[in-house]
Amino acid sequence: MQIKVKLFAMFRNGRFKVSEFDFPEGTTCRRIVAEIGLAEEELGVIMVNGRHAQIDRILAEGDTLSLFPLVGGG
Amino acid sequence: MSEPLAFIRSRRIGDLLPWADQVAAAERFDLSLAQVEDLTLAADILPGRYQRNRRMLSCADQRTLFNSRVAIIGCGGLGGYVLEELARLGVGELLVVDPDVFEEHNLNRQLLASPLDLGRRKVDVAVERVARVNPAVSVTAVPAAFDLTKGGLLQGARVAVDGLDSIDARLELASVCRDLGIPLVHGAIAGWYGQLTTQPPGELLLEKIYGRAGHAIASNGVEKELGNPSFTPAVVASLEVAEVCKLLLGRGTTLAGRCLNIDLLDMEFCEIRL
Repeated sequence: MQIKVKLFAMFRNGRFKVSEFDFPEGTTCRRIVAEIGLAEEELGVIMVNGRHAQIDRILAEGDTLSLFPLVGGG
Repeated sequence: MSEPLAFIRSRRIGDLLPWADQVAAAERFDLSLAQVEDLTLAADILPGRYQRNRRMLSCADQRTLFNSRVAIIGCGGLGGYVLEELARLGVGELLVVDPDVFEEHNLNRQLLASPLDLGRRKVDVAVERVARVNPAVSVTAVPAAFDLTKGGLLQGARVAVDGLDSIDARLELASVCRDLGIPLVHGAIAGWYGQLTTQPPGELLLEKIYGRAGHAIASNGVEKELGNPSFTPAVVASLEVAEVCKLLLGRGTTLAGRCLNIDLLDMEFCEIRL
């Protein structure tokens, strides 16, 4: 299935802003995070189709997954 | 009519009371500048310092702001700008909570940091700053770290503002605000990036943003590697103050239920529905 992945902030460095991938049915956000090489501890908000989602969410054909880093400074 | 009120009326120019006359009224009748400001606003006269607010804020709005208490938790990059803007806006009572003293690495971005104040408590400098900028505003300074045991500090606050620099402390603040039914305006920064949301009373939205329900996260974000420049805290703090203003006045649309992600490097603003 086709999944569009959008990366935000410095997750883009050395990777991409937006890219389409072909993943098998049943793929979760967690697997994509790992395949892209992001550390889970650095991950802030996960968004699927514009809405907040959990990392174990199973994606569906045509979904857009957006990944934001953890931001905690003040 | 009371004597002070008659004096205020006699000195007004149109619907404005010049600052010099506000000071004169306080001295003449042995009142605080805050008492004179409240009398003035109650009489539908605007202290002259707020005249450029008046196309967007009525005298009644200005009085609502003046009679409001806002808690600023953390007085660093975000908190310094939040303090400054709330004082200039005319919010009458501010609480600032921060355990730290100013250090050299604060000078690149923290509004209240200056070489002369290195080594001094941030909350003490905050009190002095507000006394210079808007002496009618009162500031309560608490030189301590905020945690779950400090909920009592928030009693009477209409809004709490997040100027903290750790995720654990933010989650504790969010939980205290939920329990007390106080709205929390959250902001956080890292390098070119920032985020903002408003947690309505009784909810715990910050847990969604910081993902504790779904996966383990670090106790600090990417700011540890990215640092923070001068402009990112100013941007995010200003957006926080706009949220506070709307919450106090019950006007407009806040970010409740949405998180705004800010990327100043690519100049993108992305909204997440929570």
